[in-house]
Amino acid sequence: MPEPVIQVTDLVRDYPRPRTSLFRRAPVVHALRGVSFEVRAGERFGIVGESGCGKSTLLRILAALDRATSGQVVVDGTDITNLPERRLSFLRENLQLVFQDPMSSLDPRMRVRDIIAEPLVVQGHPASGDRVRELLDAVGLPPNAGDRYPHQFSGGQRQRISIARALAPRPKILVADEPVSALDVSVRAQVLNLISDLVDELDLTLVFVSHDLSVVKHVCDRVAVMNAGQIVETGTTGEVYATPAHPYTRRLVAAIPTLARALTGTTTTDLLKGAPT
Amino acid sequence: MNRRLNPSLIVGGFIVGLIVLIALLSFIWTPYDATLVDSSIRLAKPSWSHWFGTDKFGRDILSQLMVGARTTLFVGLVAVGVAAVIGVPVGILAAMTPRWPSEVIMRSNDLLLAFPALLLAIMFGAVFGASTLTAMIAIGIATVPSFARVIRSGALQVMRTEYVLAARAAGRRPVPIAVRHVLPNVVSLITVQASVSFAIAVLAEAALSFLGYGTAPPTPSWGRMLQESQEFLFSAPRLAVFPGLAIAVAVLGFNLLGDGLRDRFDPRLEDRR
Repeated sequence: MPEPVIQVTDLVRDYPRPRTSLFRRAPVVHALRGVSFEVRAGERFGIVGESGCGKSTLLRILAALDRATSGQVVVDGTDITNLPERRLSFLRENLQLVFQDPMSSLDPRMRVRDIIAEPLVVQGHPASGDRVRELLDAVGLPPNAGDRYPHQFSGGQRQRISIARALAPRPKILVADEPVSALDVSVRAQVLNLISDLVDELDLTLVFVSHDLSVVKHVCDRVAVMNAGQIVETGTTGEVYATPAHPYTRRLVAAIPTLARALTGTTTTDLLKGAPT
Repeated sequence: MNRRLNPSLIVGGFIVGLIVLIALLSFIWTPYDATLVDSSIRLAKPSWSHWFGTDKFGRDILSQLMVGARTTLFVGLVAVGVAAVIGVPVGILAAMTPRWPSEVIMRSNDLLLAFPALLLAIMFGAVFGASTLTAMIAIGIATVPSFARVIRSGALQVMRTEYVLAARAAGRRPVPIAVRHVLPNVVSLITVQASVSFAIAVLAEAALSFLGYGTAPPTPSWGRMLQESQEFLFSAPRLAVFPGLAIAVAVLGFNLLGDGLRDRFDPRLEDRR
């Protein structure tokens, strides 16, 4: 069995909220309450859960963009939990992110070519025009796309630019935070397939976060189901989808829209309450 | 509708452009020397030779207004420059530092904001001597807090975007993020704020000159023209009306320009450019 590239142990993240009274302690939001999992090299690991369950917090800590309150994150054999920024350069090269919102993930004042080259420039690699064209080609965009600005592209194309930027420093791990949830259904499959193909081609480890179990099923081998800051169930995607063990997972699976349900007019909220269908 | 050319932008731009033109023109031509004293035509009524009349020393009002536009623009430019050069970095710094230092910066900013601008300028005048220079710097410093506040809120929005997260994930350090990502994305806010602050600076300069803490005679200034017109308010009200109108129109122009630019740069419509 391949080595684990990501090991997360008992991760806790509390956010202090602003004080409501001078005499009481500041209230705390528990975003993560003891999350543990492992991702092995070359694996496609999915994390599912509804919005607000701590998925994004988890990703930010994985990418060392946020600090854990307690617990440990080991990436590629190095404990990154309390590493200072200047010693994180290996992580910055090896782990890259694709974000959810194609409108906000690209700087509107930068040309696409500069956006894609940014990680290269920062990490001191030669950021040649050839490399940028190569990346544009890999994500299925024309070579002249580099001269344009992000607002001249559609949501799906912007997500491709985002993927090209993430691949620029030749990372080993790709972390995708809801990369298709802001896209039209018709474009989703294209972007999902692109991610899937690139992960195969470049031999990447994929961590894929979504609120949508059917999307995760499309891309991932293994999945962890999160609810209220905890992982409630882990297993291969097929297993979890077919025989969900935890009641929350069962409700998630039941909430996947189908034509029959759409016709009866049941809302997602009804389904999550556990209404029989 | 064409957002690039909204009415405020057109009218404001026209007024401001006109003032700039007049100020430039005054360098090469004015009907008379603005400081030429001629006691034979003291307090002359408007006529073909003196369109707006003359003041108590027989100086031509129109010429004085034209040269005064120069003073006004110069004071506004320097004051806004001082405010932007200090206020923009302070605002960005406040947005990018963690909770505690940011609070300290913003609370000291509030302290300065609460301090009346004119009082500050008068204090400066008393300490460093009344001159156009002290007036400009004092007005500039008094305008810093509003700059810092607006820029901070814009920078906070930028800091929350995913492209800043992506830059951090690529390993960009805070200062390059401020220069490469935050600053270019708050430029529109800076432009709008500069335009609005310019209007405030024009008004403040006039007020200071009126009180005798601004431009010293004989350099013409709209505020001092108002002050000198006081004793003739009933016998020759035009002496107050012309500079008063000039101040009002200039302030209106810069405010309209600011409003127009704000509409033009509305971040909610940014993507549809």
